Parts: sequence; C-alpha cells; structure tokens
Amino acid sequence: MSKVEEIAKGVLAGDKRSIAKAITIVENKPEEAQRLIAAIYPHTGKAHIIGLTGPGGAGKSTLIEKMVREYRRRGKTVGVIAVDPTSPFTGGAFLGDRIRMQELTMDEGVFIRSMATRNNPGGIAKATKDAVKILDAAGKDVIIVETVGAGQSEVDIVKVAQTVVVVHAPGLGDEIQAIKAGLMEIADIFVVNKADRENADKTVIDIQAVLQLDDRVKAWNPPIVKTVAVTGEGVPQLLDKIEEHRQFLQRELLQKRSWEKAQAELVEAIRDKVTSSIIEKLKREKRFEKILQQIVNREIDPATAAEKLLNQEME
Amino acid sequence: MQSEGKSERKIRVLIAKPGLDSHDRGAKVVARALRDAGMEVIYTGLRQTPEQIVETALQEDVDVIGLSILSGAHMALFPRIMELLKEKGLTDVLVFAGGIIPEEDIPELKKIGIREVFGPGTPTDKIVKYVLENAPKREH
Ligand SMILES: Nc1nc2c(ncn2[C@@H]2O[C@H](COP(=O)(O)OP(=O)(O)O)[C@@H](O)[C@H]2O)c(=O)[nH]1
Ligand SMILES: [Mg+2]
Repeated sequence: MSKVEEIAKGVLAGDKRSIAKAITIVENKPEEAQRLIAAIYPHTGKAHIIGLTGPGGAGKSTLIEKMVREYRRRGKTVGVIAVDPTSPFTGGAFLGDRIRMQELTMDEGVFIRSMATRNNPGGIAKATKDAVKILDAAGKDVIIVETVGAGQSEVDIVKVAQTVVVVHAPGLGDEIQAIKAGLMEIADIFVVNKADRENADKTVIDIQAVLQLDDRVKAWNPPIVKTVAVTGEGVPQLLDKIEEHRQFLQRELLQKRSWEKAQAELVEAIRDKVTSSIIEKLKREKRFEKILQQIVNREIDPATAAEKLLNQEME
Repeated sequence: MQSEGKSERKIRVLIAKPGLDSHDRGAKVVARALRDAGMEVIYTGLRQTPEQIVETALQEDVDVIGLSILSGAHMALFPRIMELLKEKGLTDVLVFAGGIIPEEDIPELKKIGIREVFGPGTPTDKIVKYVLENAPKREH
C-alpha cells in the first residue's frame, strides 16, 4: 500500500494522526492531494459544514469553542478548521485561534486544525476545501470553518460552507461597512456577539436596517441571534437556527447547492488541467524560447507575447 | 525521493506553555520572531498539560515544538511530554526549550530528547537560525 493510500485508510477509520497528515498533504502536495481526495471522496457528503466569518475580534474563536461544547452535548462529533492570514511580507503566519479552543483538545470527538491562507488570492486557503472533505470522510458530523478578512475571502467561504454565519460585535466601528458590503449577501445567519455590552442592540438595529434594504422575496430570511461567547449565552439558540437552516437546505437547496458546488469544483479542476497541459506543451516548443528571448530583449511585453503564443496555438 | 509535484513545505511550529506560568511574554516574542522568519506558528496559550501539548502537536502536524517554561517545573513536565510524543509516534518532531532552566538540568533534558535549551535573554535571531537549520525535512 502506498503512503497516500495508507493515510486515506487511516482517515476513513477516523485515526487522528492520519487526519493530521492528510491535511498536511493537501496543504503541500497537489498531486498526492488529488489521489488522497479521490480515495476518500465516496465517503464525504455526510457532514454539515458551517462557515463562521466576520471581523477580527468579534469573538468567532471564542464562540466556536462554546458551539463545539453544545454540539458535543447534543451527541455530535465536530471538526474545526481555523484559517488565519499569511503575512504577504514574510510568508509566515501566527495561528492564534486555537488559544480559545484549547480546552477541547483532549475531547476524542473533536479535531481542530489551524491553517494559513498561504496568500491564496481567494483569501481562504485553497486547501481548506480539501481539509473539510478529510474531516467529513473521517466521520465528523459537523465541521466549522473560521475565517477572517475583508471582502472577497468572506465571500469565498460560501463555496465551502452550507450554512454561513456572519459574526459581528458592538464596538468594532467601521467594520459595519464590511457587513453592508459583501457579507450581507452571503449570510444565512447573523450573530451579534458580545451581547453583554450595552450597545449590542444598536448593532442589531444596524443589521436589521441593512437587511430591510433588500426587498427581494426569499425562501430563507437570515435571522439575527444575540450571543455572549464568553459565557455561552445564546449558543443553544444559535445551534437551533443552524439546524433550522440545515433542514431548510435539505428541503429546498441542498440538491441545487451541491450541483453548483460540484460544477464550480469541476470547472476549477478542468482549468487547472488545461492550463498546465498548454503550458507544458508550449514550453517544449522552439518558439517559446524565441519569444522568451524577445521579452528579455524588451522587444515585446509578456502579455502580448502570451497572446501571440496562444493565438498561434489556436490556429 | 523528492516530492511529487511542487511542494512548498512551510515549517510549522508549536509554541507551548506547560505548567502554571502566569505570563507568556517570552513565548510570544519567540512566536512572533518565527512567524517573521516565514514559519507558521501555532500558540497554545498558558497552562497546558503535557497531554494537551502533545495532542495539539499531533492534530496540527507540526515539525517543531518550542516549550517555554518559567515555573521551575520542567524536570517534572518535560519527561512526560517526551514520553507522550514517543507514545504517539511523533518521534521526528524537533523539540527545543526556553525560559528559566538551570544550567545543571540541561544534560538531563538533552538525554531525554530536548535538542536545545535557550536561556533567558537569548537573541531571537539565534532561535530562528537554530529552527531553520534543524527543523526536520519531512516527506509526509
Ligand atoms: N465582553 C465580551 N467579550 C468577548 C465575547 N466574546 C469574545 N470576547 C472577547 O473578544 C476578544 C476576541 O475574541 P476572539 O474569539 O479571539 O475573536 P475572533 O478574532 O473573532 O476569533 C477576546 O478577548 C474575547 O475574550 C463576549 O461575548 N463578550
Ligand atoms: Mg479567531
């Protein structure tokens, strides 16, 4: 048995070391990752995948810790993937979400993994999707993905999650602007955390006001749940809303979403393959080197050169 | 065997605080320095048991563990950590320690597999250089 097969088998058996190794593979080795995912794919699709996003400091990690406890109380096993940004300058990352969840570490029914975005333009690490599949195949009932960032990365979370929870808190100032922008579109549930603070109701009203601007008729109207993550207050209600949304999806959208998700993944896979096969082919040709020399000589710019190469390719 | 496909293996480091220390300034300074050197650094927070540290290292699949301790309990806690690492098969992880550790304890700590011990006030560059040079080059 190859190493990858061995790890895949371990993942399916729920072995934690194998899960950890598998996630390392999808972070580092695209080809082995493909083989690994192929091996486990038939065993995925059972977990409910929840995306938690919102501004830094809103209390997402603290809230996840309480959510996991409540899920455990309800008899569910849970996987957590906490994504933090990679520094664009050093390539390093400080993965600090786990600090708030350390008390869950010894629970056999919980697996927590920190990941860095690795400067993936989409914000959310490309490997996150595969990591979710690994935890799903390993039998976790619920998988929670935490991301932070502005704009596109939060929108990207939709591609991974079935239920998107946008977490906000009073006192984060301009961050409400971010909510008005991309986040409104993607939220299935809003959380106003730090409800122990007196201006929490103001935040609720702000969100309601923005929601009312959208007068489209919707099958699902995103509820707003107030929580105090430090005490766990409101967390059972949040889980109830998430469960309601899950059932809603099952009734109406699960089919459609998985279709779209499968399509997006298929298109992405095709794009990867096509691009690399064209590049490999071009590289073997004489004119590739010739035009390369022209670029070096500043006789042509790279974009025009690429166009030229590809146009000849089509003819 | 070199890796299949392109691999950009980042060094993943766990900075852990075993025992009952009440502050973690030093640990955070080291964590920041390692991050600034391009590593992915996971920090456990204060008051971790050996079991929690080893379980975290396993789930996060780290290459390196840095143990930071000030309380004087290293001779009680470190052997337990090393024992658990062995038990879980995490034998290729590079383990170093820092904080307040008397000179005379170092030989014993090295014997149980702590590869390096940095005293208080060690320049962070020195720790960064050490980790860069000694982190295991793992295939999986
Ligand atoms: N007062 C109050 N503080 C909170 C609450 N939830 C989280 N915090 C604090 O907010 C800070 C940021 O929390 P964290 O979970 O790291 O936020 P994240 O960046 O969104 O993951 C921490 O100091 C928490 O203790 C809450 O409900 N009330
Ligand atoms: Mg966080």
